[in-house]
Formats: sequence, structure tokens, C-alpha cells
Amino acid sequence: MGKVFIAGVGFTKIAEHWDRSLDGLLVEASLKAFDNAGLSEVDSIYVGNALAEALQDQMHLGAAVAEDLGLARIPAFRVEAAEASGAAALYAGFNEVASGRADAVLVVGGEKLSDGLPEEVSSGLMMGGRPYYESFIGADFYSLNALLYRIYCERYGCDNLASFPVMSHAHAEGVAHAQYPFKLSLEKVLSSPFIAEPLRRLEVSGIGDGAAAVILVGERLAGKLKSPLSQLQVASATDRLNPFDRESPLRFQSVGLAVSLVLRDARLSRNEIGFIELYDATSIMAALCLESSGFADPGKSGELAARGELDLGGSLPCNTFGGLKARGHPLGATALYQIAEAHLQVTDQAGRNQVDSAGAGLAIAIGGVGATAFASIVKRV
Amino acid sequence: MRVPSYWRNMPFIYRLSGWRCEHCGAFHPVKPLLCRRCRSRRFSAVELPRTGRLRAYTILRSPPKEFKDLAPYAIGLIELDDGTRVLGQLTDFRSEELRNGVRVEAVFRRIRVNGEEGLIEYGYKFRPVAREASPP
Amino acid sequence: MVRVGGVAIRGYGGYVPRYRIRAEEIGRIWGVGAAELPVGEKSVAGPDEDVATMAVEAARMALRRAGIDPRKIGAIHVGSESKPYAVKPTGTIVAEAIGANPSKLAADFEFACKAGTEALSLISGLIQTGIIEYGLAIGADTAQGRPRDALEYTAASGAAAFILGKPDRQAVALIEAWSGYVTDTPDFWRRPFDRYPVHAARFTGAPAYFKHVVGAVKSLLDGDGYSIDEIDYFVFHQPNVKFPLAAAKMLGIPKEKVLPGLLSDKIGNTYSACSLLGLVKVLDQAQPGQKILLASYGSGAGSDAFIIKVLDAILERRDLAPRLDSFLEDKIYIDYATYLKFRGEILRR
Repeated sequence: MGKVFIAGVGFTKIAEHWDRSLDGLLVEASLKAFDNAGLSEVDSIYVGNALAEALQDQMHLGAAVAEDLGLARIPAFRVEAAEASGAAALYAGFNEVASGRADAVLVVGGEKLSDGLPEEVSSGLMMGGRPYYESFIGADFYSLNALLYRIYCERYGCDNLASFPVMSHAHAEGVAHAQYPFKLSLEKVLSSPFIAEPLRRLEVSGIGDGAAAVILVGERLAGKLKSPLSQLQVASATDRLNPFDRESPLRFQSVGLAVSLVLRDARLSRNEIGFIELYDATSIMAALCLESSGFADPGKSGELAARGELDLGGSLPCNTFGGLKARGHPLGATALYQIAEAHLQVTDQAGRNQVDSAGAGLAIAIGGVGATAFASIVKRV
Repeated sequence: MRVPSYWRNMPFIYRLSGWRCEHCGAFHPVKPLLCRRCRSRRFSAVELPRTGRLRAYTILRSPPKEFKDLAPYAIGLIELDDGTRVLGQLTDFRSEELRNGVRVEAVFRRIRVNGEEGLIEYGYKFRPVAREASPP
Repeated sequence: MVRVGGVAIRGYGGYVPRYRIRAEEIGRIWGVGAAELPVGEKSVAGPDEDVATMAVEAARMALRRAGIDPRKIGAIHVGSESKPYAVKPTGTIVAEAIGANPSKLAADFEFACKAGTEALSLISGLIQTGIIEYGLAIGADTAQGRPRDALEYTAASGAAAFILGKPDRQAVALIEAWSGYVTDTPDFWRRPFDRYPVHAARFTGAPAYFKHVVGAVKSLLDGDGYSIDEIDYFVFHQPNVKFPLAAAKMLGIPKEKVLPGLLSDKIGNTYSACSLLGLVKVLDQAQPGQKILLASYGSGAGSDAFIIKVLDAILERRDLAPRLDSFLEDKIYIDYATYLKFRGEILRR
């Protein structure tokens, strides 16, 4: 397998973009990535998106994006893995470049959640389970997280889980593309209403629209480009759809496996990871992400957050631009925001959010409640 | 659920009926070709026990669109008497009865009504056991 | 009167929802004082309950007491005037829920409050003639009470189920005799697309309830029929507390024989389940050898009356399922607004 480099990134602001369409957002992010890379052509396009059929009555996004970019000719298709669709598109794009079949691919993820009502978005997320089981009884994404939260609390105590959104928001202050670029206090988080007890509204990422894109190139093309490059590795693993069908619901085995695989592929140890883009769709998922990937002992991740270890200046900076909670989480785009931000970090373009001399960053994306995991490493070159 | 899908799944959603892998014991709501856990191919028909213990629960206050009219409602993780873990809505609970460890039993209830004209979807829910009868 | 003898009750079950509304709470809304209230309180089906769900509860208990393979149940008949579908039998839903599909017969019956005993009567015939080995007869209703109307205080929810088969050592009771008395007497009715029934006020008394109940009962007592002395319990249809006691008085039946099966003060009128739940309550306490006279009443109008003899097996089979008392005692009181919400009055356009 050949090396794969990120040659350019582009993304939109995350917000409720009432006056924008999904297509428009995908094109904006793609054009920014092309400009950033100094390229105007690619060999193929991979589109990450979860809910276009449900919320926009749109399938066939690959061909649609190719047409919108004036590239109707090249291979283009949409990849789906629930909320981790962007990472799935990245994995597919990575493979085409690593195999040598393509010199350059565009990977773009986008989601337009505000076209639907919040209860429709929730309904859409619930499709990550089985229609005759979770969806049938209304055991939605938040309720499954809440049940995990309860069990975690019983076993380890959970006073510190609310520190995750506090940490994420602290990093989003002043970030131009973040949906919620402001600090959030612990008191505010703990006094927000329950969305599904004991999970509170401010422990859960909001509903926003956005698109993010990366251009991946192989070694041959990388050598000819002037734009700053980083090197990419991606690994993936799955687990049973329902966390309670697994041996240990409090261990996201898919995350553990994907992270081990990507570290092996990147020939790095955990100590060499300078920052992590955690998948903090909920505070409990952020905790389980950190613990399942071996960066915190079981039950101890909340303490790390509360003590400031995960702050930009801490021993293991996380969510360097605000993570899912503060930067935003437009489903199919999210993983690509993580990759773009990691690229900015290792190419020293992160401005106020720069993690000093970060050699490599890890990004974790999750589909469902741990049923699919993607672990990506973005390394300085 | 669409009508054919609902009809295919009646044994599980009405009676907690399903298939157990003869090799590793994993329960499957629909008869599989392959065990989801160990890939073995032999199964026995089972009806799960109707009683168990509430292992954890949550109360949903902003539910998905299909369940808007039901809000707030409770979802529980139940450990049935044979160890099988199952998710279910909780019904007929007084607030003081809703605690971990409480004994629950499966009952047959309306899960969802598709408007004035559509199908009524029935299925299992769990309620606190107020009364235990002697075993058969 | 018809002497039966080839039909036995193998299992029975009675279900009443957890929720209750006090009659005085309803009276509070409409400015009606305590002295005018026909019952103390009534049962209210929860928002996720209907005739099918309650019928399944009762049927599952009957199955536990019967101890038979549900696949041997050949007919499942549900009598109700509030069935969930106008077209689609409730019996097939119940059958699927108890594992009795495919069956041979499963139509729903309607005869106002006696639809349950119609089911019981017809299933008896199917057993007697050998068309089926076991049959399930259910009376269940989530009766619709028109707000402000007199019947709002009593229209309640409940279900009772009976599994019948040929008499054998496991049978808990024997159906010894039966009679029916039906005429065209329009005391209470509901047109197809109306939400609530209409009743003819005092006409529902003498020419309706009393004439038919007394008529059916007399047919069991007169001539070479039964004497009041040899019957231990009298269970009548109980739309309120007054009517069944007045009927007993008319027939010279001591009040003490009626009270054990009288539930209306505590749960209201459960319509098609009504007299059948009284029977369940009596079966929960009767001793082998005792006799029960059951007389239902359905507006429109008619009465089915049965003589039922309790058998030895009841002692060991009765507690295979919860007794009705556990449902009667397990209550959650709700206010009028919650009652309207549960009955769908607020969410309905």
C-alpha cells in the first residue's frame, strides 16, 4: 500500500443554514479544499452523508456532487455508516489512493439537519438500530446513551462526565467555523434539562448543518504540490449494533480495535499521539472513546477532563477546535471536520488553537452507539 | 413499521419469541441463517421468560417523531430470568416504583398507532410486578 | 333452559387496568353531588391499552390456569363494543399473542354488554359438538362514556377470559345449564361513526335490564329447574350497584349470595367484561361442589344465564395466575384531566 497524504482541506461554518441547501454546502467545502490543495481535478469523489434520503428526499448524492462541481464524468458515490459516514467515505477514498488506483480523490461530507424537525433528526438517528427492535419501541440514540450512562455511574461514579462539554466549549471560543464558539460553565451544563435522564441537554451535541472536505493524494502527486501536506492512516472496526448485546457494554470494542489497528499502520505508540479528536456526541461517548482506546483507565476519563489534562495546554489535548459539542456535529460531515482540524494542527495552521509541535493526532468517529468505529491518524510530514 | 415487516416480526414483538444459538446461546429475535455472535448454524425456537429485573432505565423527554404523543416515556434495560438482556418501554409505573432492581413482567400493549386510519402496532412493554403467582 | 354437561371451564382470567377515577372527581367537574353517584369509582384503561391488550392479559392468565398447549385452542371469540378495529377481528390478535394461531374460528361479537357471554355460549356449543377441542371466550371493553352523561360515572375498562373444553380432571368448573332471553328492546345503542352510545334513560330499567335478566334467570329456576337454595352465588350484570341488588330482590335471592360477585362500586361497569369479572371473582373464592348462577345483560336487549358447578381441580389451579383481587387492590388514582388525556379526548381533533 502506498502512502496517502492530505493535500488540502475546506469546510463551511456549522450553523442552521436556513438559506443554504445540502448541495450548496457540499460544493462550498469542496471548492475550498480544491483551492487549499492547489488542484482543480481529482480522479474520483466520495461523499459522506447519513440522512439525505430521510430529510432531503435525495439519494444519488455522488453523481449530484460530481455534477455540481462540473465533474460529471468521474466515479462518484455516497458512503454511509450512520453518523460516521464521513469517516467511511474517508476510508474508501484512502483505499483508492493507497492502492494506486487514483492519484487524487475528493472526500466530502455534508449534512443539512435543519431541514428536518428535531424529532425527525432523532428518528433518523434511531435508524442506526433495527426497525423491529430499537426503532419499534422508541429506544432512540439518546436513550441508549442514557442507559450506558446509568451503568457507568453505578460502576465508577460519574460526577466528572459533564466536564467533557465544558472542555470542548473552552476550545471553541473564537473558532470561526464553530456552531457554538463560547465557553460553557459546569453549572450551566448540570442545570440544563434532561434529554433522557441522566443525560442532560448540554451534554449532547446540537443540531447543525455543515460540510467539510479533504483532498487525498498519493506520493507521486504529493511531491509536485506546494500546499502543506500531512500523512493519513485510517482503520475501522465494527461491533454488534446494540451495546447491550455486547460482552461489555461499557467498552467500545470497535474503537479499541480501530485505534490499535491505526497505530500499528502508522507505526506509532499511544505516547506519540499529541492530541485526540474525540467523538463527543454525548459526554458518556466521549468518556468511553477515551477509555476504550486505551488513553484513560476505565472510569477515569472524567477525572482527566475535570483536572484540565485534556485542555489545549494539558498533557493530552482533546477536541482542539471544540469537538462535536461546540464545533458541531453535522453527522456525515463530522469526521471530515475532525480530519481537517487535525491537518491544520500538524501543519501548524491552527492559530490560537495550535497544539505545540503536535507530531500526530488521532481522530475517532463512531456510527450508532459504538457499532462502527473509524480511527484516523494525521501525521506531520 | 410497514405492514409486511410488522407481520413478520409478530412472534418476537408479541410474545418475545425467537431463536437461540445451540452453540453459544445468543438470542435472535428473527430466525437467522448464521449466529450473530459465533457464526454457528443451529438454532432452537424459544420463548423468552416474561419476568425479570430492571437493570437500568431512562426517561425520554424529546422523543423521535413517532413517539411524540407518548412523551415522556421510559425505556428500560431488563435482565430476564434466564439472563437474556432486552430493551423495552416501561408502562404503568408509579414514580416511586421506578428504580433499579425492581421486578418487572412483560405485558402486551399498544406501541404505536398510525394516525386515525393506519395500523395499530402492538408489542411488549414491561410493568412492575405487583403480584407474583406461583410457578406452573 | 338447556341442560349442558359436556362443557367445562378449564381456565379463567380477569384483568382490570391499574388506573381509577373516583365518581366524586367526575361529579366535581359537572357539579353533581355524592348522593347521586351510582358507583364509588371506575377503572380507566391506560393510554397504551385497548380491548386487544386487555383481552390478551386475561387470556394469558386463563392459559396459565388451564395449562394446555395454546395451539389446541380452535376458536377465539372476543365480545366487545369498543373493539380497536371496526373491520379486523380482535380474536386473531389475541391468538397471535398467546401462540394460538392458526386457529379455526375467530370472529368478534357485539351485543352490548352481553357480547362476552354470547362468546361463552357459542364456544360452549362448539365444544359440545366436538368442532373444537378448546375454545377461548373473552369479554372486554374500554367503554366510551359521554362527558356529562349519567353513564360517564360508570363506563369502565376490563377484560375476562375463559378457556372451555370437555370436562376432565383438570377442569375447574362445569357448565351445567344455560338459558338465553333476547328481544328487540332499544334501550341503548351506538350508530357506526358516533363516538358515544345513546341511552333511553329510565327505559333502560324495567322493560330492558330487569325484564331480560329476570326472564333468563327464571328460565333456570322455574319448573324442574334449580332452586335458589341450591345455588351458592348469583352473579348478575352490574351496570351500577342498585340494579343487580334490585333484580335479586325481585327474584327472592338473598343479598348475601349476590355481594361476593358484585364489583361495580369499585370498578364501574366494564360492559362486555362486567358479569364475567363477577364470575372470575367468585371462582377465585368458591369451593368445589358450590354452584354459581351467572346472568349477563346486553342492551338491545338480552340476557344469557348459566349454572356453573365448581370442581375439585379449582383448588390447585386457581393460584396458577394472580387472583382478581390483586388487580382490584392495585390502583393509581387519576384526576379528570388525566382521564381525558388517557381516553384520547384531548389529543383528538
